[in-house]
Amino acid sequence: MKPYLTGIVCLTLLASCAPDKPKNIEEFPDQSTKSAVEDVISDPTKGLGAIKTVTLKTPLELDRVSRGLAIYDMKCSACHKLTAQRVVGPGWKDITKRRQPEWVMNMITNIDMMLEKDPEAQKLLELCLMRMPNQNMSIGDARDVLEFMRQNDGEK
Amino acid sequence: MKTIKKSVVLLLGVASAFMFYSCKPKGPQSAIVGDAASKVYVAPGKYDEFYNIVSGGFNGQMSVYGIPSGRLFKILPVFSVFPESGYGYSEETKPMLNTSHGFVPWDDLHHIALSVTKGEHDGRWAFGNANNTPRVARINLKTFKTEEILELPNSGGNHSSPFITENSEYIVAGTRFSVPVGDKRDVPISTYKENFKGTISFIKIDPITGRMNIGFQLKTPGVNFDLSRAGKGPSHGWFFFSCYNTEQAYTLLEVNATQKDKDFIMAVNWKKAEEYIAQGKGEKVKAKYAHNLLDEGTHMATSEMMTEVLQLDPTILKDIIYFIPCPKSPHGCDTDPTGEYIVASGKLAAIIPVFSFTKIQAAIAAKDFEGEFAGIPVIKYESALHGEVKKPGLGPLHTEFDEKGNAYTSFFVSSEIVKWNVKSLEVLDRVPTYYSIGHLCVPGGPTSKPHGKYVIAYNKITKDRYLPTGPELTQSAQLYDISGDKMQLLLDFPTTGEPHYAEAIPASLIAPNSTKIFKIEENNHPYVAKGEKEAKVVRKGNEVHVYMTAIRSHLVPDNIEGIKMGDVVYFHVTNLEQDWDVPHGFAIKGAANAEILIMPGETQTLKWTPDEVGVVPFYCTDFCSALHQEMQGYARVSPAGSNVPLKFSTGVVEETSSK
Repeated sequence: MKPYLTGIVCLTLLASCAPDKPKNIEEFPDQSTKSAVEDVISDPTKGLGAIKTVTLKTPLELDRVSRGLAIYDMKCSACHKLTAQRVVGPGWKDITKRRQPEWVMNMITNIDMMLEKDPEAQKLLELCLMRMPNQNMSIGDARDVLEFMRQNDGEK
Repeated sequence: MKTIKKSVVLLLGVASAFMFYSCKPKGPQSAIVGDAASKVYVAPGKYDEFYNIVSGGFNGQMSVYGIPSGRLFKILPVFSVFPESGYGYSEETKPMLNTSHGFVPWDDLHHIALSVTKGEHDGRWAFGNANNTPRVARINLKTFKTEEILELPNSGGNHSSPFITENSEYIVAGTRFSVPVGDKRDVPISTYKENFKGTISFIKIDPITGRMNIGFQLKTPGVNFDLSRAGKGPSHGWFFFSCYNTEQAYTLLEVNATQKDKDFIMAVNWKKAEEYIAQGKGEKVKAKYAHNLLDEGTHMATSEMMTEVLQLDPTILKDIIYFIPCPKSPHGCDTDPTGEYIVASGKLAAIIPVFSFTKIQAAIAAKDFEGEFAGIPVIKYESALHGEVKKPGLGPLHTEFDEKGNAYTSFFVSSEIVKWNVKSLEVLDRVPTYYSIGHLCVPGGPTSKPHGKYVIAYNKITKDRYLPTGPELTQSAQLYDISGDKMQLLLDFPTTGEPHYAEAIPASLIAPNSTKIFKIEENNHPYVAKGEKEAKVVRKGNEVHVYMTAIRSHLVPDNIEGIKMGDVVYFHVTNLEQDWDVPHGFAIKGAANAEILIMPGETQTLKWTPDEVGVVPFYCTDFCSALHQEMQGYARVSPAGSNVPLKFSTGVVEETSSK
């Protein structure tokens, strides 16, 4: 009886004295990506993230290609070669033939969730043993990089 | 012989154990009430409610704690070098510590002022003072970096600083020590009365960028200025300073500066000073002082030597300053949230006088003066007085306020916090502190809108409160709940450096704006490498510039040859990461400075002068990934005059015998 009562008293005290937190702090850090992506698991080959469909044009959009190359040089080339050779991450040769465009863009823009839930991304992590860093890329940036990858794979 | 030694040791042991216990004050533990733990417990992964920005005193830094947990988050380098991050060691940060005396690697940071808008915290900047080599620093609360340091000319030591006006128009800098200023500085110390002057600098803050410049300087009679607070609400436009040593003593101040029953509170009408300046009545005086500024685009600080300052002489330009007598050697000088009451704490006084701004104005209008001190009118004590708090305790120092009209005053000699009502002057409650409290802090306590809830004591002595660590013990703070009628001790927590003043601000005003990365696209450092393609090594005479990149987990280049004895090598390391909480570090064997820590998207430079021929390793110092231990490289140093060509690479394996 006695220990039971003490337990209740402690619980009550704990509940009544826990510090109140301002609401906006509770939401910090920003986790906005989570809610937007839960519903996209339907097609596993497209990965998880905000990108559901990508329209590719032929011929290539050359302005995207040149922007994509600049981003590659600054943010990607440290780990990805343009050949098939794997260094820190896999080489990019033929990536657009192996992966859906949506998968590539989700991998670039939604890395944490992809590494947590996407089986293909998890296989790569086991292979490379290095979490791909979040390079703070927008969806537009990722689309530009995708276009550059298409050119690297020989598309015109 | 041995037995004698042993028994002496034994006796000493018994004696010291006895002393230990006999000195232990009785009953501090009984001050804790049962639910204290739950009030300070912040569960793993949860955030604190307040940031506590605490001065580091003689470590020259600020530190950042969470309240109510008392957890330390960061030591933020300001006036002292900090090898942990390379502050004051990297080429980019060295100019921050430049002064008219050259590079000064240390100072004594006493007080914090957080920026305010309409009298309330706005979460933009924190300011700190350098007490020794007079300076003021501005910290950006988005990046938690020191962005600007301004030196103060004609000051003997910047103690009465950096207190702030209601809309962050100005922060002030009052000299602690009066000194001879101007052209006539080589004078006998005994000519204090004749030749020593004080100065109060009003530092203008740019409302958008926060940049500081000295708006004007007031020349004052030679006394010591201690602390100050701006008026607010009805008293906005005024500033109040505590003055001691009105005896104008220059030796054994402990005795000679405590002769008079009353010293002064100095009231400054800074709006009036602005009017005089607008009328062209200021005088530009030659001065030499450094102004150091960090550029967030280039990640580099620059130092500019300033050459003049605008001065006003209140003995000629009347209506700027007035003295109010105040018992005795006043220390704290605090204005309440309404701006009507000014609380002055005489360190050696048995009462706390509370002055009324309305009465001060009436006394000035009626010229209700008791005389002059060094050409400045002295208002009659009774005419300015709202009333006195009777028998509050021993050695009152500082006062903060809550949102309910109450004041909390620290008492150094009697080691306690006393709560009293500002209007009725009635003492309401008192709690002991362990021990010898200096400053205290109520969240928002110096603003027009205190957040209340807690008071934090910053103690000067901890004695038996923590496990002993030799002669020097930890510094400490204590957290009290003030939400009820009675103050309740919740927590002791150790602090770093010697905490003087601190401010606490709701986390919601800072956390959502915190910078996570610096965008690599916006990096304008002259030696940036935006991608590995731009990594290179360039020789300019005997300078070798390495444009290096860092990303998990390799450095480019990681093989460098062609460095010769007599060269000076600059490693300009750009962190290519664009993810939160992924700094890289860089260090090289034998470097005579420190490591550098490079935040994501930033470039920092380590200077290295090789001192022997050989192959010298360098590596990343901040654990970054599973392959962090592989993040390394080699620099080959050849004799002076050697013909080894300059070359660099990463990932190139040469099948050659040694050349």
